[in-house]
Amino acid sequence: MDLNDTPEQAQYRTQIRAWLEEHRSEAPILQGEGALTDPDEILAARRAWQRKLAEGGLAGAVWPKEYGGRGVGPLETVIISQEMRRARVPGILDVIGVGMLGPTIIAHGTEEQKLRHLGPMLHADEVWCQLFSEPGAGSDLAAVATRAEQQEDGSWKLNGQKVWTTNAQFSAFGLLLARTNTAVPKHKGMTMFLVPMDAAGITVRGLRQISGEAEFNEVFFDDVVIAADSVVGGVDNGWGVGLTTLMFERLTIGLGSEAFGYDGARFARAIAQDPAACADPHVRRELGEIAAELESIRWTGYRLISDLQGGQIPGPEFGLAKVTTVNNAVRAGDLIADVLGPEALDESNEWSYMISFLPGLKSAGGTEEILRNTIGERVLGLPAEPRLDKGVAFSELRALEKEASAS
Amino acid sequence: MNLNLSDEQEFLRDAAQGALSRLATVEAAREGLEDPAAILDLWPTAIEAGWTGLLVSEERGGAGLGAYEAILVAIEAGKVLAGAPLLGPLPASLLLDRAGAATTAQVAAGELRAAWLPARPPSSLETAWTVDPREGRARAGAPAAVVDGDSVTFSGTVCWVPDAGEADLLVAIGVTASGEPVAGVLEAGAAGVVVEPTWRYDATRRLAHVTLNGATGVRLNLGADDIAAAWYLTHALIAAESLGAVETALQVSLAYAKERFTFGRAIGSYQAVKHGIVEILRRQENTRSLLIYVGFAFSDVPEEFAYAASAARSVGGAALDYAAREQIAVHGGIGATWEHDAPLTFRRAQLSRRLVGGTDDATDRVAEELLAGRGPRRD
Repeated sequence: MDLNDTPEQAQYRTQIRAWLEEHRSEAPILQGEGALTDPDEILAARRAWQRKLAEGGLAGAVWPKEYGGRGVGPLETVIISQEMRRARVPGILDVIGVGMLGPTIIAHGTEEQKLRHLGPMLHADEVWCQLFSEPGAGSDLAAVATRAEQQEDGSWKLNGQKVWTTNAQFSAFGLLLARTNTAVPKHKGMTMFLVPMDAAGITVRGLRQISGEAEFNEVFFDDVVIAADSVVGGVDNGWGVGLTTLMFERLTIGLGSEAFGYDGARFARAIAQDPAACADPHVRRELGEIAAELESIRWTGYRLISDLQGGQIPGPEFGLAKVTTVNNAVRAGDLIADVLGPEALDESNEWSYMISFLPGLKSAGGTEEILRNTIGERVLGLPAEPRLDKGVAFSELRALEKEASAS
Repeated sequence: MNLNLSDEQEFLRDAAQGALSRLATVEAAREGLEDPAAILDLWPTAIEAGWTGLLVSEERGGAGLGAYEAILVAIEAGKVLAGAPLLGPLPASLLLDRAGAATTAQVAAGELRAAWLPARPPSSLETAWTVDPREGRARAGAPAAVVDGDSVTFSGTVCWVPDAGEADLLVAIGVTASGEPVAGVLEAGAAGVVVEPTWRYDATRRLAHVTLNGATGVRLNLGADDIAAAWYLTHALIAAESLGAVETALQVSLAYAKERFTFGRAIGSYQAVKHGIVEILRRQENTRSLLIYVGFAFSDVPEEFAYAASAARSVGGAALDYAAREQIAVHGGIGATWEHDAPLTFRRAQLSRRLVGGTDDATDRVAEELLAGRGPRRD
């Protein structure tokens, strides 16, 4: 068991640490004393910081060199995020673009698409959003109903709605999963597109959550026309392209999960202020259970890193870390608010924000139930759920569903 | 970062697996319930597989290995519900070795069997050193210790002690009049030592109640931190045994969920069953992760060992409780009968959660360490 860096990793860490030492004064202050408050200023400062990180090789480091990356492995990105946390500087603005959508374009895009889009994405000149989820397609993502119909001149016309779209309000482009063929089963009739977010007919509307803040958006498409060369990875091949994105999503979340800040020591500090709570066996037991489970996730993360280092592909069982993290953070929010009382629910309070944020996080990236199905089937080899949609043309699904709910 | 097992660790694990596979441990777990004479004594196996000197330093005749290697052995023992002599002997050997006791080499070689009498370090709610009582919620005070030069005399009772019935040497923990912990090693046959062998509900664990009536032994030169380490090492071993038992429960449940059909479907295709089995996997992997932490803390950050081992026992204990019940539930009626092995896992879970302070106390210790600001260091 060796938790230390290899000599090469140690050298890389030294190099990253030196860069951060030199440039940390240029990082925007987003929290605490002297923090920026104006949303436009924050956005501009975060763009500039991502550009700086990209120039230093700290953003998109796993990307190939020809597209502006450094061609390093996933372990080096872990080192980068550890060093950035240590230096107490904010991360990049466009995690979704650089972490998930860029790699998708690198894997499936045309050379023209890569040359046109990857540079501005990496330098935050153009922020990207992920246009996958819909009101009727969440965990069952292949149910997307947003239509893309090819016109006579080869261009595509889009109609439909997306939801839970982070950063859409200031994105230049989006990666869109749309239905192009309804006569085939649902997984086979989707296509991935690059969409300029300033195209006529796109409406972005903030989606307010429990906290009252709008961190996500709804995006509406009304007869939006996009160019013929917007297709990524081939017509009707959108599911395969989307799976690549989802794989990078798991990796991005898996390697960055500590960034949520849900750890036992932090929760304990909130409780430690209250002497009565410190002496209450029920509070202690609850805190102990929460902290022990969250501690296990830190070490699960190290196992993931060790697997990657050994050249092993991490399995979907690491997805269970999300279940453990979210459920214990939910318990922690309840426990802390039980200890602190209604004051904990004040809008300005960090716990109030966490308590409001978590119910939605439970379903983010797929509900807990779907995650358990996936792991039960893919990791443990349990038989699949019976399903109605197998081999059925997308156009006939609605009728089938209606029939089933009527019977 | 490399968390893969070293060649030596793999060898140790495989040797444990091999040695245990030659014994009918699960059958013994069942037969022992009706005939205590059938309860296996695995001491020869422990010697053969090199467990007795595992934690003893090389200059005193041991293998000089750490907690993680002991954990690997305990996982294998847990898989087959083996009553491996680990919980008593290993912490005893750790204390003897750290004190440089004269008998250490014989203990490492397995010529002398040693067991320790577990004592719980103080915490903010329970401020004295305590031991497990015979009965009831209130913990008993650790035996009184009177030091006289190199010898120490103990008076008190420690109950439900693993492996003490077969021991030649007992490593006792007592407290002086001023409340300081003192460790000493006693011969089991010494005047004033009364050992009452017993077992309860789970025939794989050999236990004993030990009463010391002014029994005198050799004082071990150990501080409170070393004495406390034995308590947490026992937690870690119980967590590791639990992980092994959980692994087996998962595999057995999984196989049945794939082959048993109801209403024309394999029961594993029902979400309720599938999610329950995935929950075993979740708890299993969380325990495995924490045991890596325990091994790391033992060797590299001893100030986090209490926290790490307590977290492992808390999560591992709950995992075994969950898995034992889920295994029965997945099997339906048959899982609750004598015909199946599931009740043996259940018996193991029921007793384990109540031994050596119990799972709850480990959970409380996690909170204790964090509330006192002794949690893990992070950059």
